[in-house]
Formats: sequence, C-alpha cells, structure tokens
Amino acid sequence: MKLQEIVETIDGRVISNGNCRDKVFEAAFASDLMSDVLTLKNDDLVLITGLATLQTIRTAEMADINCIIFVRNKKVSPEMVQLAAESGIDLIECRYSMFRTSGLLFQSGLNPVY
Amino acid sequence: MYFEYEIEGGNFSKAGTASSEVKKKLRQLNVDLKIVKCVVVALYEAEVNVVAHAYRGKMKIEIDEEKILLILEDEGPGIPDIDRAMEEGYSTASAAVREMGFGAGMGLPNIKKNVDRLNISSEVGKGTRVEMITYLNKGGTHEKS
Repeated sequence: MKLQEIVETIDGRVISNGNCRDKVFEAAFASDLMSDVLTLKNDDLVLITGLATLQTIRTAEMADINCIIFVRNKKVSPEMVQLAAESGIDLIECRYSMFRTSGLLFQSGLNPVY
Repeated sequence: MYFEYEIEGGNFSKAGTASSEVKKKLRQLNVDLKIVKCVVVALYEAEVNVVAHAYRGKMKIEIDEEKILLILEDEGPGIPDIDRAMEEGYSTASAAVREMGFGAGMGLPNIKKNVDRLNISSEVGKGTRVEMITYLNKGGTHEKS
C-alpha cells in the first residue's frame, strides 16, 4: 500500500513530509512497546502506535521504519516532526483506536508481521 | 577508526542521538545495511539502558576491516545479577522508562540477538560495562535466530 491509500483507509492526516510518497508498504506492526518494535526484521513496515514520544521516532529510525501512524488521536509534537524529517519518516495522525486502524489496514491488504 | 560519545543519564529527549550518529557513520562507510540495522538496534537498546539506569556513560565505537566493536561504560547503580537481567521479561525500570515504551525486560536479550558477541561486567554501586562485537564480511545474512 502506498502512503496516500493508507491515509484514505484510516481517514488520517499526514503531519510530516518524509520521502515515502511513492514507497510501497508491505506490512504493519501495532505496538506501544518500542522494545517489541526493535525485535522486527521486516523491511517496508508501517508502525501503528499510541505512544507519541521522541523515542517512538528514534525507534523507527533505528528499525528502518519509514511510516508511523499515531492512533487514539495522539498528537505529534514539533520536535517529533523535526526528527522524523531528518530521518525521512512520514507521520500520520489518526483518531481511530489501534484495533480499528489495524483492522482497516489489514482488510485493505497490509500484511501482519507474525 | 575510532569515535566516542557522551551519554547523559536520565535525559530521555536525547536518548538515541549517539546511536543515530553511529548509524550515519556506518552508512557512510558502506557497511551492509542488514549489519547496520542489527548494530544500531543493539546500540540503541544499550544507550537507552544507560539513560534509563545510569548517571552518565560513554559509547565507544571501533571499526576495522574485520569487525565493529561497541563499548558502553556507565557510572551507575550496576547490575546485581547479570543472569537475571538477561532473562526476557525481567526489568527494574522505573515508570518513566516504561512510559517511553521501554523497560519490559527485552533490551539485553534483544541486544544478544543482534550482535555476535556480548560481554557484560558490572559492579554494584559503581557501574556497568557492555561490550558488543559484530563481525563484518561473514557472507550471507548477519541475522542470528
């Protein structure tokens, strides 16, 4: 799935302008625990999380994740936007729950990790 | 090639800056991207540990043709029982650390999975030294399972 399709599927809002407009995302992982995210080996992954901190962006940077969806209406701070831009990560805000967001994206063809 | 970074204990807004610098350097050196990912994930977990538990620390990186050596030394409370700390799910992290998405007892086991060698020595009341080695030019994938 491309970024625009993801945004439309979950009625989200793109906050940052990373480099992922034409990237095709294969799978998604939903977690608020960053240590779990750091165990993943997948490429082209979308992270779905309700944890809106700088460490979420750092974790994505280390794990080569280029797209983060913040669910439950969590707001992204200007510091997070700046850090994400430096690492070419796109950020999406979404008002749905983690369960609903995951369900919609799964239904639309995004694969699970496990 | 050698470089080192200071790590500030307790400062979560800066946690990961040193690992991020190392990631950029490894990419500049054209290190295999799979190896870069494993190394920086291990390094970042170790850096977060220093920020979460210690007062201050140093990250030292040495790269030669054969391997990447990563050393994190901190001044802090130390680890009373290293075997226990290596167990998945065992953690002494504070609520603040858990709010950052860490502190679930995954860090050290995850470090072990991402590097070829891991040595931890610690003295209670003084500090901890974590030494990690990743070999380059292994051929095939780096990943251990």
